[in-house]
Amino acid sequence: MRQELGVIVVFLIMFVCDLLLPENRRKLLHPIACILLTVQMLITIVPTDVTLFGGMYHSTPIASALKTILSFGTLLAFLQCTDWLNREDSKHKIGEFYTLSLSTLIGMYFMVSADHFLLFFLGLELATVPMACLVAFDKYKEHSGEAAAKFILYALFSSGIFLYGVSLLYGATGSLYFADVAPKLHGCELQILAMVFVFAGLAFKLSLVPFHLWTADTYQGAPTVVGGMLSAVSKGAAAFALMTVLVKVFGNMIALSSTMLSIIIVVTITIGNLFAIRQRNMKRFMAFSSISQAGYILLAMLGNPAQGTASLVYYIVVYVVANMAVFGIINAIEQKSDRVLRDDYKGLYATNPKLALVMTLALFSLAGIPPFAGFFSKFMVFAAAFNEGHYLVVFLALINTVISLYYYLLVVKAMYIDSSENPIPAFKSNWYMRISLLLSLAGILTFGLVSCLYQTFSSLMVN
Amino acid sequence: MEYTILLLILPLLSFLLLGLLGSYMKPKVAGIIGTLSLVGIAVVSYLTAYNYFAAGRNAEGVFPTLMPHNWKWLPFGEGLSIDLGVMLDPISVMMLVVISTVSLMVHIYSLGYTKGERGFQRYYAFLSLFTMSMLGLVVATNIFQMYIFWELVGVSSYLLIGFYYTKPAAIAASKKAFIVTRFADLGFLIGILIYGFYTGTFSFEPNTAHLISAGAMIPLALSLMFVGGAGKSAMFPLHIWLPDAMEGPTPVSALIHAATMVVAGVFLVARMFPLFIDYAPEVLPWIAYIGAFTALYAAAVACVQSDIKRVLAFSTISQIGFMMVALGVSTSMDPHNGGLGYMASMFHLFTHAMFKALLFLGAGSIIHAVHSNEMSAMGGLRRYMPVTHITFLIACLAIAGIWPLSGFFSKDEILAACFDFSPLMGWTMTAIAGMTAFYMFRLYYCIFWGKENKELHKAHTPKESPLTMTLPLMILAVITCVAGFIPFGEFVSSNGTAYHIHIDATTATISLVVAMCSIALATLVYARSKQPIAEALATRFSGLHTAAYNRFYIDKAWLFVTKQIIFRCISTPIAWFDKHIIDGFFNMSARCTAYLAEKIKWMQNSHIQQYCIWFLAGTVVLTIILLIL
Repeated sequence: MRQELGVIVVFLIMFVCDLLLPENRRKLLHPIACILLTVQMLITIVPTDVTLFGGMYHSTPIASALKTILSFGTLLAFLQCTDWLNREDSKHKIGEFYTLSLSTLIGMYFMVSADHFLLFFLGLELATVPMACLVAFDKYKEHSGEAAAKFILYALFSSGIFLYGVSLLYGATGSLYFADVAPKLHGCELQILAMVFVFAGLAFKLSLVPFHLWTADTYQGAPTVVGGMLSAVSKGAAAFALMTVLVKVFGNMIALSSTMLSIIIVVTITIGNLFAIRQRNMKRFMAFSSISQAGYILLAMLGNPAQGTASLVYYIVVYVVANMAVFGIINAIEQKSDRVLRDDYKGLYATNPKLALVMTLALFSLAGIPPFAGFFSKFMVFAAAFNEGHYLVVFLALINTVISLYYYLLVVKAMYIDSSENPIPAFKSNWYMRISLLLSLAGILTFGLVSCLYQTFSSLMVN
Repeated sequence: MEYTILLLILPLLSFLLLGLLGSYMKPKVAGIIGTLSLVGIAVVSYLTAYNYFAAGRNAEGVFPTLMPHNWKWLPFGEGLSIDLGVMLDPISVMMLVVISTVSLMVHIYSLGYTKGERGFQRYYAFLSLFTMSMLGLVVATNIFQMYIFWELVGVSSYLLIGFYYTKPAAIAASKKAFIVTRFADLGFLIGILIYGFYTGTFSFEPNTAHLISAGAMIPLALSLMFVGGAGKSAMFPLHIWLPDAMEGPTPVSALIHAATMVVAGVFLVARMFPLFIDYAPEVLPWIAYIGAFTALYAAAVACVQSDIKRVLAFSTISQIGFMMVALGVSTSMDPHNGGLGYMASMFHLFTHAMFKALLFLGAGSIIHAVHSNEMSAMGGLRRYMPVTHITFLIACLAIAGIWPLSGFFSKDEILAACFDFSPLMGWTMTAIAGMTAFYMFRLYYCIFWGKENKELHKAHTPKESPLTMTLPLMILAVITCVAGFIPFGEFVSSNGTAYHIHIDATTATISLVVAMCSIALATLVYARSKQPIAEALATRFSGLHTAAYNRFYIDKAWLFVTKQIIFRCISTPIAWFDKHIIDGFFNMSARCTAYLAEKIKWMQNSHIQQYCIWFLAGTVVLTIILLIL
């Protein structure tokens, strides 16, 4: 609970600061937010095991490790947002951005450690609704409003389905506690319907095919920082929550749930890849890339609970750093030159070699090229699914990594090989952005080779 | 012993520092940083050795195997995993001492030798990388860690051979070295995978039950590992890269291609020795035969080469052959009864590293003075370079096996082990030892006595090298003089118990007499300024001479095999298959992918109502599928 309280305190301080600081001092909010979140992350970094509210809230050690990762992802987003927030049209609402992002973070915290469907739903909504406000943050831009409208309508729809599923479960078992529901499930028709509905509600957040259609439009319209948070932080929380529900609630229906997962994995990875190839807008491109990455995250859920959860959390942390790095660079370039197409990136290496290098390494990590972290995280989820005998799914996913390599390399090719008459001019990022990219880079380079990270997650599962 | 991790961290840090920031430093600063890190490594190594051996033997009378660090790095599900760590046992501690000593000498020496060279910082960065890889190799806790560092050693060797990257010969040599050893490493990797598959672990001490049930797969795995070792240790017929590797800077040749990396193959066989003895005794004699043939072949070639570094390269191949033979002739774990060869091999590895590094550094000093590798540019150098002369002479006497220098003791143990195995092997190796003495003294006389190239020396008078170069020579010479008296068997032996080295009088006499005769012969033929006998012999046996000079055409044979047979009959069809079938398949799938991507874009038409229909349809279809199943 210390972590939740920590974020709430940070939220309150930010809120008060926002009220008290005069207009011309608002920029002070950036360092305050970053420092407070870092402090929150560091003082609660030791995983704990807590049960509260009559068993509705249960934070396992691995869940608290995940929360630290979520805070870290949010911190990266905070570091990346300064240039965007300091612009003329948004500098009067700097504080709003921070308070809204912190409330989604609290929502995710509750979602990942809920042990009761009501608390779970509260967390889910708390994570979603402020996110919709964030998507609409640039409200005078046409795309931003459209994106937010699509996001919130779609979210409502999926919440409806989710609640329908929960009500079916209540009808079938008479309880909403995970622990009470689980033993009464045996896989009859009603329960299958409930499982699919609950799954679909979460699949929206993870943007799995065919529940993904909002993704590209929303990422494109939303401010880039928010796109990064949606794709990395929010997805990480949803993936963990889904795994928790599948293990804790639908553990008895494992044969059915793994069939469902297998189908969704293959469809998601393939469709995500097929669409990603065609994209020219970098933000849409990253939207489809994140769809196919979500398919890989799902592979971990096919593994046994211990290995699967450890590899899932490991995948999330690796994915968060790489994805935030890519979004950070897209953001930096967008703020400086207002260009977001892949063709605009031609010749980037000549003008901004450091950015091009970080981008390349992040894309290599996303594609899973050794020795970067992404290779090891992919390896772990493949191993988790493979050990449970899902050979065909693993094989199809492996083939898809080759396709994904192709479109990630298209970006690299544009930056290094293609020449352009009108490349993005050389520019210097501010120190916030640099720190964010350096942190991501360090993660990309070390998380794979320093094996203690996976071992830590693995040992948290054993205890 | 937790501090042993510094052995890997120090050189890694120095590599990163020099590699990333080297271009911002003055060359001298880079050299000093590299050398200081090596001083640190040497101190840690000596401390480790002292603490390890001072801690004494355990209840079973052996030095315990310690693992101060062992992290699970990459787990493959249950059981099998790749670990990284530090393992200390007598041979790895011995190797630590060898590597850090020679590497330190080479670092100091290079301060003088490569002074003013372009890329000085890069040179020291690569040396640090090499040192880290080599140390990681010897302290490996399992065969896979060894393989990882084995490849890193190969990479750093590649980078250092190609250090003069503007010189086409150096580039060709670096590629040749890399490709030939990679080719052999393929065998190593397959061996490791077979081993891991059947024993369920990569550690050096697998479960006995697994080993027994694996049956004939263990000898196969060990033989394949030996192929990898043979590549790295330049055993016939995979030796072809080593003479060419001499294109690299001479201190590099001393460190990598004489003292440390090339003995990795010997170290590998020694590391797997208990398994060889228990589960693959039939493989060991073959190792001995290959080693003996390599020793003979390389000694014959060394007798007629004219480039001093080539002579030393072939001499290295020949000496590694001796070490392999010593391992191969072992028949049991008991050093008193058939297992002497193991100790002898390790002892020779130790002494050879010192005197061969001395020879190479001496050669470097000579080349530095006369700016040529060819013997024809030398002769009579003893008057100009007294320190180099004396230290070189000491090393020559040591490698020839003259009492009381270190080479005498280790070679004597090897010969004793060979005579135990079979008289034929014993006499063969004695004869090769005689050849060794002959070609080494041929080299010595041609450099320091013999016919002086007065014309050249008048134009450019050779002078003694600076202290940074002569100091390492003197230190190594002192080590070479006293190393023989180290009671080596007390520290290292096949089953770990103390073995008291005793000189076998007959063997010692025979080998001394043979060595003396060979030296006398070399003196007779080469010591004077006119060499009528040598010329007469060369004309008399011109066929043999030319063949040996051209290394018996082994390189040509390889070229024939690769270019005419492999490229034409195997590679060309495979290239065709790759181009038309494989590429065709991928082109087709790429086209299908693009087509599909085009066809399904209507799904994404940005109407929210339609999105919701898809959502619902997906849910329903999923439910139906699950209900049917």
